[in-house]
Amino acid sequence: MREPPDYRSELTIVGRAGREGLIGIAALIGLAVIPLFHNSYWLSQLTFVAIYAIAGFGLQILLGFAGQVSLGQAAFLASGAYACSYVERLGFGSPAGFAAAIIVSTGLGLLVALPALRMAGLYLGIATMSFGFIIEEVAARWTSVTGGNAGTVVAAIKVGGVSLGQPWQIYYLSWFMCLIVLLLSYNLLRTPTGRAMLAIRDSEIAARSSGVRVARTKGIAFGLSAAFAGLAGALYSHALGFISPEQFTISMSLDLLVMILVGGLGTLRGVLFGSIFLVVSPELMQAVLGLFTSGNTELPGLRPFLFGASLILVLLFQPDGIDAIVTRAGAWLVRYGASLRRR
Amino acid sequence: MIVFLQQVISGAAVGLVYALVALGFVMIHKSTQVFNFAQGELMMLGAFCAYTFIVLFGLPFWLGSILAILSVALFGAVLDRVLLRRMIGNKPFTIFMLTVGIGFCIRAIVMLVPQWGTDTYSLPSPLQGMVFSFGGLIVSADHVAILLTASVIAVALYVFFQFTRLGLAMRAIAQNPLAASYLGVRVDTLFSIVWALSAAAAALAGVMLAPISFVHADMGQIGLKAIPAAVLGGFDSLPGAIVGGLVIGIVESLAGFYCPEGVKDVAAYVVLLVVLAVKPRGLFGQPDAKKV
Repeated sequence: MREPPDYRSELTIVGRAGREGLIGIAALIGLAVIPLFHNSYWLSQLTFVAIYAIAGFGLQILLGFAGQVSLGQAAFLASGAYACSYVERLGFGSPAGFAAAIIVSTGLGLLVALPALRMAGLYLGIATMSFGFIIEEVAARWTSVTGGNAGTVVAAIKVGGVSLGQPWQIYYLSWFMCLIVLLLSYNLLRTPTGRAMLAIRDSEIAARSSGVRVARTKGIAFGLSAAFAGLAGALYSHALGFISPEQFTISMSLDLLVMILVGGLGTLRGVLFGSIFLVVSPELMQAVLGLFTSGNTELPGLRPFLFGASLILVLLFQPDGIDAIVTRAGAWLVRYGASLRRR
Repeated sequence: MIVFLQQVISGAAVGLVYALVALGFVMIHKSTQVFNFAQGELMMLGAFCAYTFIVLFGLPFWLGSILAILSVALFGAVLDRVLLRRMIGNKPFTIFMLTVGIGFCIRAIVMLVPQWGTDTYSLPSPLQGMVFSFGGLIVSADHVAILLTASVIAVALYVFFQFTRLGLAMRAIAQNPLAASYLGVRVDTLFSIVWALSAAAAALAGVMLAPISFVHADMGQIGLKAIPAAVLGGFDSLPGAIVGGLVIGIVESLAGFYCPEGVKDVAAYVVLLVVLAVKPRGLFGQPDAKKV
């Protein structure tokens, strides 16, 4: 992370718009006008980019900032999705459903954090993985609430009698939430808690001896990451309109990890790049293959191959992920532009 | 009582399959400090290779199984030589994620190979249908074969690590790779051998599991059950992995029989979480002093 230039910029919620800010604003305008073109398929894909990014910010806080491994992130998405749909079915409305999603997931996150505080590395990963399997089984068996393996149909979001069922409505809602979560995560890094997380990641012993309250900070990291995952789960259930336990398996948790690592570990921009990679790259690959095979044959192994190969390549050749590649390309463009001007 | 024993024996057979996969986890982790998440996928690959040699090529079961185990062992050594060796010195989490990527790729390759794909196959063993009965207790020959093979393998591995030069060298690199290399141990060659051995153990597990269940691209998920087994055993002890596998297999089998539906699938993980909550480094794990 770069050093803050002065105290005033520390206090502002959103930093002054530099070149990055301009690109961000351009991206926002781009996102805002896309629904005007009304391609409902790509619109829903972009909705999933936002939803995965929300869950990704949570995982980035936990893994990229606080250095705690979680192989069970799908469990928190599941709890969010089921809590939301259950509360909505009881007739309390969508705002209450979303609140329930966040509260239940945060609670579960804190519950996991309790034993997790004593574990590290390998054992923490295995414990969170086990937790994920257990939640998956609970979702499959607790039929009165979850609908069991047959799944549940999720009704459209309703806010005060207004139904938000159209693809463009859920698109705007998801990106709005995504933006809020991004701002929260960005500002978290500038708080004492956020810095304590970085300290724990870099050296837990050093952090502890400098007076960082390790247990409390790790607990906050788990709670926040579960809360974001719960919100993402609630949005996910509405974007799909249907949820079943087999959506929230360990492969989803692994997909989220792949996303964070391919996008760039420890950066918020990396989450966005990773989320775009996760959603768009299988589609692109399928389209490219379609050009050669001239058929609509869907290859089942394509997705794992793409994710696995990308993960291996990133780890071997560019451990900082797509974010580092984009940053480098951007710096090169700026230099190239400057050299053109000098001529 | 008979029913109970029946459950214990079939649980022990499945548990020994877990134990074989867990042995792979433990061997790799002990000597290279890597947690190989692709172990289950190696087991799946072993089952598919056996299916290819035995069903598609029509080789005899024993020859086909041995060829399958050898090919997966070679594959493991190649993985180490081509990918893992470049990552030596990286953080454990980074290497762990590399093995996650390898797991994805193995699954993808199996799905993309034309004769394999995402269909479910069965692998008939020559023992299929044969049973032994000991005064009311009926045990299928497949289960007996698993019990015998796994015990022989466990003893062989023990002898190998305890009484051969190569085994001694492996215990040396597990303790201190740098010191071992100063004393003339070829650490990188040994790493490849460890990977080959672990892959072979996983493939053997796949070959033994296939006749009593099925051959499918999602078989690797069963391999994940071996993780609780390895953790119960402390992750660094070979006998521990066997005990852990047996415990998980028997608990699962009993839970499947005496508890409501669904408990069986999570029993292993519940046991694991309880153990980890009480002893964060596993049952037999030793706390290690960490350098700042």
